[in-house]
Amino acid sequence: MKKLALAVTVLTGVLLLYAAQDFLAWGDLQSPASASPVSKHFIADTGVDTEVPNMVTAVLADYRGFDTMFETVVIFIAGIAIIGILRRTGADADAPALKRENEIATEPDLIVTNTVRLLVPVIQLFAFYVLAHGHVSPGGGFQGGVIMGASFILVALAWDLPKAMDRLSVDRAVMLAGVGILIYAGIGLFSMLLGGEFLDYAELSHVLPVSSEMARYHAMLGVEIGVAFTVTAVMFAIYANLSTRGRLEGGL
Amino acid sequence: MRAVSEADSSIMFGEDGLLNELLVERFNYCVYVVLLLIGLYAMIAKNNLIKKLIGMSIFQTAIILFYVSIGVKEGGTIPIYVAEHDPHGNHAEHAAHPEEANATEGSEENATTATASHEADHGHHAPRSLTDEETSGYANPLPHVLMLTAIVVGVATLGVALALTQRIYRAYGTIEEDAVLAAILAEDAATVIPDVLSTKPKRAKAKSRKAKQA
Repeated sequence: MKKLALAVTVLTGVLLLYAAQDFLAWGDLQSPASASPVSKHFIADTGVDTEVPNMVTAVLADYRGFDTMFETVVIFIAGIAIIGILRRTGADADAPALKRENEIATEPDLIVTNTVRLLVPVIQLFAFYVLAHGHVSPGGGFQGGVIMGASFILVALAWDLPKAMDRLSVDRAVMLAGVGILIYAGIGLFSMLLGGEFLDYAELSHVLPVSSEMARYHAMLGVEIGVAFTVTAVMFAIYANLSTRGRLEGGL
Repeated sequence: MRAVSEADSSIMFGEDGLLNELLVERFNYCVYVVLLLIGLYAMIAKNNLIKKLIGMSIFQTAIILFYVSIGVKEGGTIPIYVAEHDPHGNHAEHAAHPEEANATEGSEENATTATASHEADHGHHAPRSLTDEETSGYANPLPHVLMLTAIVVGVATLGVALALTQRIYRAYGTIEEDAVLAAILAEDAATVIPDVLSTKPKRAKAKSRKAKQA
């Protein structure tokens, strides 16, 4: 088996290296990724279509908004799947927790908890900054959401899971993840109700006192907030379930 | 591209040789191939499910590196408009009206009138798209967008994979692939397969129910 695997791997490697010669050199302006009309359009016209200077955010939340919506749905489904796979039912739930050897039951460490106490507000503030400033600097819903989720995970690491679950229980996390997708799809549906297409944010200028370009800007922020909700909740739900094998109690 | 007319050794080691072409000009592609192979080998050959997942993660990293590498553009910066290229940015408009820019630096009264005329002017100077020359200063945002979502989705799917592994461990007490397979085969052998003939009437019943519904 190992020899077969090695043969397959080497064969793939030879083919890929053979193909790698045909790639244009590093950073070549004529490479398809740089010379394609799609790339030119994104770079030249993002600033005209929207008021968002960060093209990555504009492409993510507007031009490819439909794709991003379903990426968020994938994350949501992954969170649900993990909870479903690890949920204990019937006799499984009554089984005693595995006794870990060398486990010392002590109070959470003073230095660690106090450091985390100082760190978490800063981390969460930074998460909001990354989320809200994602239009003009690198950042956005996915990044902000992950940072926010990390702050809850840090609480769970420093104390124990129940302490973190007091702040964001897994049930509430699932709800939050759903709310995130509802915000995203809701903005899409709202622009549809106003006469445009699904996720055509420009239509929102009918209800917001701004130009259609600025309406896209605000709608993208709304969409990113939805994404951030889902990512935060799912990151924490993944951690909570995996670290306790679905029991959602006890320490790490 | 390749120096075919050269002698064999220079095809390998010469200025336009294979090694130079691959290791110097396309170093990123080599690294991506190596990472991809490590991941692929781990996924196929390793017996431990967690090691397989580590392989999957490395494989994913290789793909991300590949995408980011093809998005690189000589002389291109990150795809965020600098102030003077931003069609809606204040800077661009001030550059177009230098006298206004000076006015805003003056007294407060002047500044308010300047902004008022500024807004009135807005219609005349519709935002223009970037010229080809300006476009070449930015990298293509698309590969970055694709990888941005791929990273987060990758974490989520890795979580699902780890959850499945934990569930397998709970059911079989091992995460070694061959031990799990042996346990499944033993389970299958112990299960009594119901007689095919005895199941036939049930099927007929289901069919007739379907026919009724139709």
